Amino acid sequence: MSVLIFIDHSDGHLKKASFEVASFGATLAKQMNTKANALVLGNVFDDLTQLGNYGINKIYQIQSDNFNHVDVKMFTSLIVQVVKQVDASVVLFSHSQTGKALAPGVAVKLNAGLVTGVCDLPKTNEGFIVKKTVFSGKAFAWVSVTSPIKVLTLNPNSFSVQIINENASVEPITVPIPNASVQVAATNKVTGEVPLSEADIVVSGGRGLKGPENWGIIEDLAHALHAATACSRPVADAHWRPHHEHVGQTGVQIAPNLYIAIGISGAIQHLAGVNRSKTIVVINKDPEAPFFKAADYGIVGDAFEVVPKLTAAIKEMQSK
Amino acid sequence: MKILVCISKTPDTTAKIAFKNNNTQFEDAGVQWIINPYDEWYALVKAIELKEKDPSIVLHLITVGGADCDAIIRKALALGGDEAFRVDVESDDSYVIASQIAAFANKGNYDLIFTGKETIDYNGSAIGGMIAALLDLPYLSLSTQFEWNGTEAKVTREIEGGEEVDLVRLPAVISCQKGMAEQRIPNMRGIMAARTKPLKVITPIAVNALTHIVTYELPPAKAGVKLVPADDVAGLVKLLHEEAKVI
Ligand SMILES: Cc1cc2nc3c(=O)[nH]c(=O)nc-3n(C[C@H](O)[C@H](O)[C@H](O)COP(=O)(O)OP(=O)(O)OC[C@H]3O[C@@H](n4cnc5c(N)ncnc54)[C@H](O)[C@@H]3O)c2cc1C
Repeated sequence: MSVLIFIDHSDGHLKKASFEVASFGATLAKQMNTKANALVLGNVFDDLTQLGNYGINKIYQIQSDNFNHVDVKMFTSLIVQVVKQVDASVVLFSHSQTGKALAPGVAVKLNAGLVTGVCDLPKTNEGFIVKKTVFSGKAFAWVSVTSPIKVLTLNPNSFSVQIINENASVEPITVPIPNASVQVAATNKVTGEVPLSEADIVVSGGRGLKGPENWGIIEDLAHALHAATACSRPVADAHWRPHHEHVGQTGVQIAPNLYIAIGISGAIQHLAGVNRSKTIVVINKDPEAPFFKAADYGIVGDAFEVVPKLTAAIKEMQSK
Repeated sequence: MKILVCISKTPDTTAKIAFKNNNTQFEDAGVQWIINPYDEWYALVKAIELKEKDPSIVLHLITVGGADCDAIIRKALALGGDEAFRVDVESDDSYVIASQIAAFANKGNYDLIFTGKETIDYNGSAIGGMIAALLDLPYLSLSTQFEWNGTEAKVTREIEGGEEVDLVRLPAVISCQKGMAEQRIPNMRGIMAARTKPLKVITPIAVNALTHIVTYELPPAKAGVKLVPADDVAGLVKLLHEEAKVI
């Protein structure tokens, strides 16, 4: 019995979400009086033993140039074999693109109950009951998992990492490697941008900005705050901004520390994707905009005047 | 070619989210139901587009649920599709639902199974990946484009930090999201035709749930907004820095 954490990496580098899930897994393992081990597939440039800082005990690694792309069928088979070999009873993923692709199949092959979008530590004193977000963040559900093995995916930005300091060691592990199920023809990675789901701060623009040519003020503010940029659905539908920036019930769901909504009315479908943000700031010229009801701080004013001043004030604060 | 599209019923996006019976059940009184947007706008419309190009394609829709799903599946048939199937069982466990669909699909020799990337109620993102594993098929998650040349499918999908273009031989399971297709409004002819399209009720297979929902919880209410005058952005910066401690 142990906790096994799938550690995702992007182009050989560990990601913030991977440290979160490592720390979550280690905390859960402690609560269950067992050890937390990690599984890394592929070659990684970063020092893997740093996972020890987050409470990881052993890091099982299978190195291969064939793992540069996440082939769902191949990875599922590898993970399942490792789970069986190390006798893990809880398998954790981040609720990221990779986790969403892999966790369901891994759960099926292990006859394990699956809970995705987990947002808090499970209750393990009686049974195994996990909190997850439902209705796109409008509510939570506590889900009881009754199978011997449990598979969970953890929402990014929902667990604050804790430094635990274990001496982690990397151990190679051998399992038969199946063939790839798809052939990768191309990959396009967006480089240099903070991924939306992992960003601590998100600056978001809506139809109130009138057109794509006006996004400079959003980008300047985001830049000053090292923030990711997002937008409302009509903005993405009109191709003012790329689709992957669309947040809300039918877009990306996020929970940053700070969400700044500019020229967005705050429709219920938009709020659903962002209302788990810890602090919400709304800038809107209409005092009746519904978003103010969901906000912590607000400015009633014209975005074209307020936002550049805000950017300047932030830069001034940072220079002090 | 045979395509199976998985359809789920979800509360309308404007539905008030509340719970009853000691927070153990969703309060459905007065709730309008819709086809899960990802299933409708992307999975179903994409399958319809493929059939429009090649009318020999057989397009089946499937849902898992009680008789209250029939109105939703008829709405889906009004957009397109030859025939619909409803596996007559209700469950909140994704494994049970995926097992029903996989058991049905296994007998039907489908070349393609389309799902939405997730439902907007339980946000599971699980059904597509589970069906693929149950049937031992390739799984293309979070797909944004799909092309078929007669022998091979070319699928663009969202991955960590970007996108990937995959070539895959069918059969395969594809989960669909924005980019795949554009929302359509059903026309009168479609609505009339849907009334007479076959909707068959399927007896479920026996399968044990591995999870169940114990209770629901609503997030705590916000304390209320602090408004800062538009000419005092420095005041806002100070609050964010000193009070909220987020910058
Ligand atoms: C099934 C369904 C799913 C949906 N899913 C989503 C979703 O996932 N995400 C999403 O965002 N939407 C979604 N929507 C759409 C949603 O209902 C709203 O239409 C949308 O969020 C509105 O976008 P907006 O706030 O940018 O635009 P608007 O509602 O047009 O609001 C623009 C705002 O800008 C303000 N404004 C105008 N000029 C200025 C200025 N100079 N300075 C400051 N403020 C200004 C206005 O006062 C107004 O409040 C969905 C709708 C449906 C039916």
